Amino acid sequence: MATRVGIEVSIAAAEAVKQANTDVIAAYPITPQTHIVEHLSELVNNGELDAEFVPVESEHSAMSVCSGSSAAGARTFTCTSSQGLALMSEIVYAVSSLRLPMLMILANRSLNSPLSIWNDHSDVMSIRDCGWIQVFVENGQEVYDHVFIGYRVAEDRNVLTPFIINLDGFVLTHVIEPIEMLDQEMVDRYLPPYQPLYRLHPNQPVSIGCFGPPVLFTETKRAQDEAFNSTMPHILKGWQEFGDLTGRYYHPVETYKTEEAKVIVVTQGSLGETASIAIDTLRGEGEPVGLVSIRLWRPFPFEEFREAVKGAELVVVMDRAISYGGPGGPLAGEIRAALYSQEVHPRVVNFIIGLGGRDVAPDDFVQMVQQAKARPGEWYEIYGVRE
Amino acid sequence: MDKFLDRLNIYASRLVLQKEYLMPGHRACQGCAEVLALRLVAKVLGRNNIIASATGCMEIVSSPLPLTSWNVPWIHVAFENAAAVASGIEAGLKALMRKGGLPQQKINVMAMAGDGGTSDIGLQALSGAMERGHDFVYVCFDNEAYMNTGIQRSSSTPFGASTTTSPAGKVVPGQTTWKKNMPEIAAAHNIPYVATACPSYPFDLMEKVKKAADIEGPAYIHILSVCPTGWRLPPQLAIHAGRLAVETGIFPLYEVERGKYRLSVDLPELRPVEEYLKIQGRFRHLTPEMIDKIQQRVLEEYEKLKKKVEMTNEG
Repeated sequence: MATRVGIEVSIAAAEAVKQANTDVIAAYPITPQTHIVEHLSELVNNGELDAEFVPVESEHSAMSVCSGSSAAGARTFTCTSSQGLALMSEIVYAVSSLRLPMLMILANRSLNSPLSIWNDHSDVMSIRDCGWIQVFVENGQEVYDHVFIGYRVAEDRNVLTPFIINLDGFVLTHVIEPIEMLDQEMVDRYLPPYQPLYRLHPNQPVSIGCFGPPVLFTETKRAQDEAFNSTMPHILKGWQEFGDLTGRYYHPVETYKTEEAKVIVVTQGSLGETASIAIDTLRGEGEPVGLVSIRLWRPFPFEEFREAVKGAELVVVMDRAISYGGPGGPLAGEIRAALYSQEVHPRVVNFIIGLGGRDVAPDDFVQMVQQAKARPGEWYEIYGVRE
Repeated sequence: MDKFLDRLNIYASRLVLQKEYLMPGHRACQGCAEVLALRLVAKVLGRNNIIASATGCMEIVSSPLPLTSWNVPWIHVAFENAAAVASGIEAGLKALMRKGGLPQQKINVMAMAGDGGTSDIGLQALSGAMERGHDFVYVCFDNEAYMNTGIQRSSSTPFGASTTTSPAGKVVPGQTTWKKNMPEIAAAHNIPYVATACPSYPFDLMEKVKKAADIEGPAYIHILSVCPTGWRLPPQLAIHAGRLAVETGIFPLYEVERGKYRLSVDLPELRPVEEYLKIQGRFRHLTPEMIDKIQQRVLEEYEKLKKKVEMTNEG
């Protein structure tokens, strides 16, 4: 049985980390991630969660502590944003290469400079190729659910790869939403205790993180690439079984009114819900417009995406980060790559929106769709700039 | 000669554990006192020991894929985070043992790094780990420069030393700054145990490692590790140079146990620093004035240390 409660999304996320029986939490405070780690500290200090909370002196050490605890075989959690992710990024790359499973919640926030504590996706895009499984969520329920899904997938012996949940800072972290909390018995049924394949322990000494001379480096990287590319069925299995348990089924690509759509809007994260209002408006006016939300960012769901936009003539991609000197935003670049092999493929127009907490309203999506339809060619534009 | 070696074997087998955890076949340079020190440390910490290593000479020489010299669990993640990785291992073991995920047993957790990985790039992570009070032994293998990358200066390089980034030039005669006092920085964290050691004094070194492992909480051991390659010194003089470093007072052996200082080798009279400096190519360019300056500094620092011993043992 599950209980539906009104709760702040950050608190719900922390409660999920508790229900997942996490062993070690290492985190450093950074807005807008703070409510999650504050609540976790409370749970630990009140004896409600039996875990080691390591209050590190930097995010670099947060990720380093996590690498040590995961290598020791402990279920490991961290949480950060923006500059914190940038500081820990060296180790973010290392832990995936060392195949150390752990869960990170990333409360997405823009990267300095200028300093901004508000939301966009420039932080996560800076570690796009870090070898972590990366999902985006649209609401509090999805955050809560993905704590269990994330651990389950990351710790799967066929996966052994760390997992990031991207949730938009403030617009998700700091809002109160109705969330269906799972009973502990359901969690325990879905998420077994972590049984590492290898761990740092005297009973079976292993050397982890060796020096890779040129004669073997490429081979280790190919092994990692193959392992990462074969995570997809296990991610799908994790979602399927979670759906069977709760009735909430998740997919690599979520679609909304894409049937017969000639125009498809593509978003990531919480803006999908806003965009769906615009889709309703446009559909009401007889426009064949649909919405695709990219939930699984890495590994990128190429097949599922192509399937979702089949038949569309125009794809309007909403990015929340800039790739300076690149083809537009990082998401648009990926989507063009996904469509390149198709004999007939839709025109791709790219808007960069919602930078540093700039609001994007349903009407803005309507405007962007109209602009994309009116202006031919493939182009990108930073939308909503005050001239 | 044969008889002499036999005698040494008998002597050693009585006092040193024969079991090795850093196995032969590693790729350290000839005469490397760092790998010797590491071998002794690993012996003392024994089988139930997990090592978190920083990037550096010891990491490179002991772990070239697909080989490893390690007979104990060992992990390397990055250069500046050995103390943080060790913190994570300690926290993980603690949680798992408390919650029943692992059987209760005493497992040592050791972090190791060179002087660069300790006193420069890893200082923050180390400070954090000591302040948080993790139960681990941190060992700094100080060879007084970034030897792994080709003998660049660190904050632990001594005054006057010529390195590839503090070369003895026509205007600037080598390193212009004094060696950062890392053991004192560790002691300032009020951790239960801090010690200096040198593999030229192997039994002193091993006793200190034993103490560090037995004490609950963070322990810091700073080991002067003579590097013949970087110090421009014949390999056969490595042990001798370590002895001279101690006997001149340049690198005093001492420990700070719960705030109390104790000199491990209390020398009634210090040898002149010149004896130590003159056998090393990195100091070849020093003028008598510079040697004088070093001599004065060493005497002052040694006096300061003796005062600390007096002060903390009063009454």
